[in-house]
Formats: sequence, C-alpha cells, structure tokens
Amino acid sequence: MVDVLVIGGGNAALCAALMAREAGASVLLLESAPREWRGGNSSHTRNLRCMHDAPQDVLVDAYPEEEYWQDLLKVTGGITNEKLARMVIRASSTCRPWMQKHGVRFQPPLSGALHVARTNAFFMGGGKALVNAYYRSAENMGVQIRYQTPVDAIELKDGRFVAARSGSQRFEARACVLAAGGFESNLEWMREAWGVNERGEWPADNFLIRGTRYNMGVLLKYMIDAGADVIGDPTQAHCVAIDARAPLYDGGICTRIDCVSLGVVLNRNGERFYDEGEDFWPKRYAIWGRLVAQQPSQIGYSIIDSKAIGRFMPPVFPGIKADTLPELAQKLGLPEQTFLRTIEDYNAACRVGTFDHTALDDCHTEGLAPPKTHWARPINVGPFYGYALRPGITFTYLGLKVNEEAAVHFNGKPSDNLFVAGEMMAGNVLGKGYTAGVGMSIGTAFGRIAGTQAARAAAARQQTGVEHAAA
Amino acid sequence: MQQLKALTREAQDLASSAPNRPAGGGQPKPARVIPLTPNEAEVARQMQICNACRYCEGFCAVFPAMTRRLEFPKADINYLANLCHNCGACYHACQYAPPHEFALNVPQAMARVRGDTYAEYAWPQAFGALYKRNGLTVALALAAGLALFLALVIGRAGSLFQAQPGGNFYAIFPHNMLAAIFGAVFAFAVIALGVGVTRFWRDVSPGAASGAAVGETAKNVLALTYLDGGHGDGCNEADDKFTLARRRFHHFTFYGFMSCFAATAVATLYHYLLGLHAPYALDSLPVILGTVGGIGLLIGPAGLLWLNLQRDPKRGDPAQRAMDRGFIALLLVVAATGLGLLAVRENAAMPLLLALHLGAVIALFATLPYGKFAHGIFRTAALLKSAIEKRQPNRLQLGSD
Repeated sequence: MVDVLVIGGGNAALCAALMAREAGASVLLLESAPREWRGGNSSHTRNLRCMHDAPQDVLVDAYPEEEYWQDLLKVTGGITNEKLARMVIRASSTCRPWMQKHGVRFQPPLSGALHVARTNAFFMGGGKALVNAYYRSAENMGVQIRYQTPVDAIELKDGRFVAARSGSQRFEARACVLAAGGFESNLEWMREAWGVNERGEWPADNFLIRGTRYNMGVLLKYMIDAGADVIGDPTQAHCVAIDARAPLYDGGICTRIDCVSLGVVLNRNGERFYDEGEDFWPKRYAIWGRLVAQQPSQIGYSIIDSKAIGRFMPPVFPGIKADTLPELAQKLGLPEQTFLRTIEDYNAACRVGTFDHTALDDCHTEGLAPPKTHWARPINVGPFYGYALRPGITFTYLGLKVNEEAAVHFNGKPSDNLFVAGEMMAGNVLGKGYTAGVGMSIGTAFGRIAGTQAARAAAARQQTGVEHAAA
Repeated sequence: MQQLKALTREAQDLASSAPNRPAGGGQPKPARVIPLTPNEAEVARQMQICNACRYCEGFCAVFPAMTRRLEFPKADINYLANLCHNCGACYHACQYAPPHEFALNVPQAMARVRGDTYAEYAWPQAFGALYKRNGLTVALALAAGLALFLALVIGRAGSLFQAQPGGNFYAIFPHNMLAAIFGAVFAFAVIALGVGVTRFWRDVSPGAASGAAVGETAKNVLALTYLDGGHGDGCNEADDKFTLARRRFHHFTFYGFMSCFAATAVATLYHYLLGLHAPYALDSLPVILGTVGGIGLLIGPAGLLWLNLQRDPKRGDPAQRAMDRGFIALLLVVAATGLGLLAVRENAAMPLLLALHLGAVIALFATLPYGKFAHGIFRTAALLKSAIEKRQPNRLQLGSD
C-alpha cells in the first residue's frame, strides 16, 4: 500500500505529489488522461499571481498582500474566504524557489502582457513546460505515475479515505489528495447547471471549453453524492468571450479575441448590449463570457474597422472581412437594417478626443445606451472586420469545502486523511470572477498544503496502526 | 583568376537584382506577393497560431521576431526558418502540439523550410538540387576525391605504400599543386555560399548593422546562445528533458574545425612568409593546432551523431537526415585520417592515408555550399537580421491581451 494516493495530474496534483514525496511518503499519482494530454488545464496556463514586497527576478516593483487581497475581494465581489485567500496570497510569495527547484523556469512578461509585469510571474514556455518539469522531477524522485487511469469511485469509511477505484482496479492508500479538476468538460452537467433561460434556450449548449477535455467532474460528483461539504455555484466559472470558431475543447489562450474595446459588440439581433470601453480589455475579458452567454443564441459579434488593425493581439483565425458595412452584415448573417442603424447611431454618438488605446482615453459616446466610455471612434474606414464570439469556459468553481489543512469535510467535520486541491476546491477562494494567474496560485498553495498534510496523515496512520484496524 | 572575377561579378549581379524590401519593417511591399510552397504555407499557418499564443517567447529569437509581424510572406518565413536552431523547446512546451487538432510542430515545419531555402538560395541555382539528395552528393564527392588523390599518388610516387623520410607529404604532392587544387575548390565554396547568403540577406533586409548588433550576433554564434533553452538548461533531444550536450558537442565541432583551419592558415604563412616548409615538428604551431582541432572534430561530430540518432524523430525533417549524418561522417573521416596521418607519417602507410585524407578534405570543401555546412552561414545571417531588427522600433502597437 502506498502512503499517499494523488488523484489528478495537473499543477495542484503534482505539487501535492512532490511535497508528499519530499516528506518521505511513497506516492502514486493517477492521471485520467493519456500522457500526451496530461496536466489538465495547467497545460494551458501561463503565469502565477505573486505577492512580493520588493522587486524579484522577473517581477517589478512590489505587490503587497493587502493589494492582492483587495484585487481578489473586488473580482469576487466578496464571495471568498479571507483566511484561505490570505493563505494563498502569502504562499505565492514564497513558493517560487521551490518551483524552480523542481525545474520550473520563469521569464519576464510576454509581449502583450506588460500590464501584469508587477503582479504575475510567467512560466518560461507556459504551463505545459511547467507540467513537464514537475513530471520529470516526480519521476526522478520516485513518484509512481499512471496515465489513463480515471478514478470513478472512492471508498470511504467514517469520513476517512480507504481506497480509490478506476474501473476494476483498486488503489489503497493511507491518505489521499483529490486534485482532479472541475467539471467543465462534462457538457451534460454544464447543461443541467445552466438550465433553460427565459427564451427557452439551453445556454450551455453553445459554450466552448477553452480547457482540457478530461475534466469530466466524475470525482467531484462522486464526492458530492457521498456527502462531502460543497462550496460554490455550479454556473460560476472562468468564462471569457472567445472566437466562435475555436475547437470545442483545448482552444486555450490563442482563441481569445482582443479587439472588443476597439469597436462595438453586437448580439444576434444587431444590437449593442454592454459598454465595450468600460476598462482595459485585460480587466474586462473575464466578464464578457457571461455577457455573451446572456445574449440570444449565446453569440456576440465584435465589429471593428481598419483603424483598429495592428492595435490588438493577432487572433488565431482571420476575421470576416468586408469592404462595406452592409456586406459585413450579410457575411456575418446579421439583420442588415438593425446592424446599420446600430453602427450609425454609435458613429453619430462618438465624441472623439485624443485616441490612445494604451490609456483610458477621452474618446466616448454621448446620449447612447449602453454608452461606450473609452476608445469610441466611428466605425467608418473599410475594410471592416467581424469576429463571432462564444462563451469559453476555462474551469468551473463548484468544489469541496476545505479548511486551512485542505481537508475534505463531511457535515462540517474535516477528514483526517482525505484532502483536496486545485479546481476541486478553488471555489473556496474564488466564488466568482477572476484575476489573471490566481488559479495557479490557489492550485500551487493548496496542492502543496494537501501533499504535506497527506504525508503527515499517512505517517500518523502507519505509526498508530490504524490501517490494520481498518483492514 | 579570370574565372574567379567572372564568378564574383555574376554573384554581385545576382545579389543586386534580388527583390528589395523596405528597411525596418520586415513586411513586403504589397505589390510583390510570391506564392508560398506547401512547406512555407505550413509555417505561415503555424505562426498565425503561435502569434496568438506567444508562450514560447523566452526560448529563442524566432518568437520575438514573429511578434513583430502580423503576416508571414515567403521571405519572412525563410528568415524565421533559418533563425530556428531546432532546439525543440517550443515543441515539447506546446499546448497545441499533436494530438491537438492545431497540430503545431514548429521545429519540424521550420526544418522543412530550412532545407528548401538552402536549395533555393544555392548558387549556381542548378546545384540547389544537390541538397535534395545530399547523402548521394557527399558520397559521390568523397568517391571522386578519393579516386583523384589515389590516382595522383600512384601516378606520382608509383606506389601507395612507400615510406617518405621525415614524413614529407610534398615529396608526393608539391606544395603548389595542393595549394592550387584546394585554393580553387575553397574559393568556389566561398563564392557560392557568399552569393546564396547575399540573396537571402536581401530578401528581408532589416537595415544597417550597428556595432552592437554585430557584437550580439558574434556572441550568439560563437556561444550558441539559442541552444541553452533561454533558461540555460539546454535544449531537448529524445524528450522534454533539457541537456547542454548538443551545445557542447557543437562547440567541439566548430572550434575543432576552426583550429584545423587555423593550422592550415598558419602553415601557409610559414610556407610563404617565413619560408618554413612542412613537415613541421610535433611541437610546432600548425601541428599542435591541427592535432587539437582533429581531436575536437572526432569528439564533436561523434557526439552530434549520437544525439542525432536518439533525437525525437517527430521534431525534425527525416528527409534531411542524410545531409546531417553525411556531413558528420565526412568530418569524422577527415579528422580520423588527419590524426592517423600524423601518427604514421614516417612509415609506408603514409601515401595511402594521405590520399584518403586529401580525398576526404576535397570532398568536404566541394560540398560545403551544398550541405549541412550552409546552416552555419544562413543561421549567422538570420541572427544578424534579428539583432538589427530588434533594435528598431516595433511598427505594431498591439496593446494588451
């Protein structure tokens, strides 16, 4: 019997496995995906939001605990647990040397991401390079790894972990860490969670999953059914507006559309529905997924003219291009008259001052509802471009309630040998909203805590001989 | 000499007639749109995806150069392909690598175009085809070189097995005869490579080189900066593990080659300036340089061959294996026969070994412009372009993602 069983194969699982192994425990890690798809959503990540009181290698200035906490408080609208959130924040200031020891390398912010040079440490090569480094280190340290082993059931006894099952295979362990991700890949569950809207539509039918195809939420559902304490709203997720032509799964970062704030966004009826210039795009992209999800057919159309070209990050697919606005409306399949009237009204309402897409400039609309408060310039120089947008789900926030030891709870009582980390518990800290890099901060902090606690629990069980009594 | 002048003039004509591109931009004039080959179109497809992701910016010079562009016409693709060192870091780190439907494999796509650019920029153009069957080219050159020198030895010394007192090569081949043969072949190689790289340079001309840009390029070439993975851990071979082995073996090869070259240069100076004629003593500068270089040329290519054999085959262009391994084999033969010659220069095996060595060296020289050696020339030019370009203001103001 191994000391610690880790279920999952992404960042949080690997952090847990490495910490448990470092503490002297024997560790078996079960990854549901085959090797080439290992790492879950971590393979799509690119940075870690880090507290720091002074400049560090790749981080400029300072990002003190209080500012980080206020940022988190703001994006979650207060739906967070301050004690756990502050643990994550403090852990983010000390975890990087440990990450580097296990082969993770950092680099200065990518072009187009200078706005987070102060707050976020970028992984050199992105999240898959991080995942590769952790797997190499785990293998070198003697962590056993099994791919294509999705766990479908957990044997529990009085709130204690006994064994995990994957089909006919059974894995006993003295302690266990659950880090198998959210349920975003499970389209049926997403459909059920979002239900039917007032138009009689099932919104989730039109969602794309930016992340892994392997987060089916089987383990999460099993634990909820087994009576584990739950936290979070099943419709809350990291949800951004992405290119409607993106693949159903694993579209990742490159499917984002960054020209929203440079033009207007229309719904299927050819009408605007939100202030496109409310704030810088990096501060707004995470709300546009939900905004589009609330529109008819869950689709939006970002419309720009030639003045915007070269002013936003290149999208992965070329935009729909037309020399005239009526032609663009036709090509996008939008009602031409409404489309043209919306653009005309917008153009007429624009009060153009000094355009500067790198600042909150003074170009705005007057007498238009909804207004566009910055970067408002008439859309009048062809060729014109349109990008269809869909809600893109990165990961869901519904999870298991934890304490500072990352213990799974049953009826308010913590399990003494079952722990949880990563997306399966991120909802404790992140009730809604998102701020770049915080998912990896939570996964790293709680992965490491869960691994340490699991190793400790395993050692305690071995000492007291509980396992013999249990067996 | 007449012929040399004519060749040089033709080279200049060719170079100046190449399509001109605006300085600083790296984008083509819209008037001139050259259709892409399938290999180039694949690089353009992949760069479009990479440019929307950019996670690999820290690995090497290719991705920062990519971010200065929104479109990827032919010349830019050729430039990026030659900037790529095939270190493999971006492939193993790629969230869009197969089995993802985007099927990104930048090192392989770049390698295929790189092979095409050598052939395309080759001079004379008709010789570009030699790249396509480079293994055969090298084998034929070697056979011809060996036949030439074996016949010369027999013709002049009467026997392949006759000791020469003091190890005197020039008793078999007069110095001036060797100098004429090798000088002509070497000069041709220099011109052919010079024409090719000049045309390559003109296709994406980033402007004038500053001292800083030249200095940075020299460092990147001499230190093989981009085989360090951007983090100093090295590049990938069989899997996602990083190793500095390739950089180190390449250093043995490069500096071994340069040391052998220096030995020849010093010996030439001794001969013509100082009137000191070979054979030189074991502790003389030419022999020391040649011996050190020869040892480097045994260790380096042997190591590179070993790495080449275990490298993840998915990452490269299998069609170029013959070129890579043919060049490595030729270097090994040159080094082994050269060192062997030093060991046996006083006995009867010398004439045969001399013929083998000179045959291999002439084959190496003759195929320099049409084989793996060209990568060093084109890579250096691409690195210089990159060093110039990155010092210029970026035309794009893409804002934040």
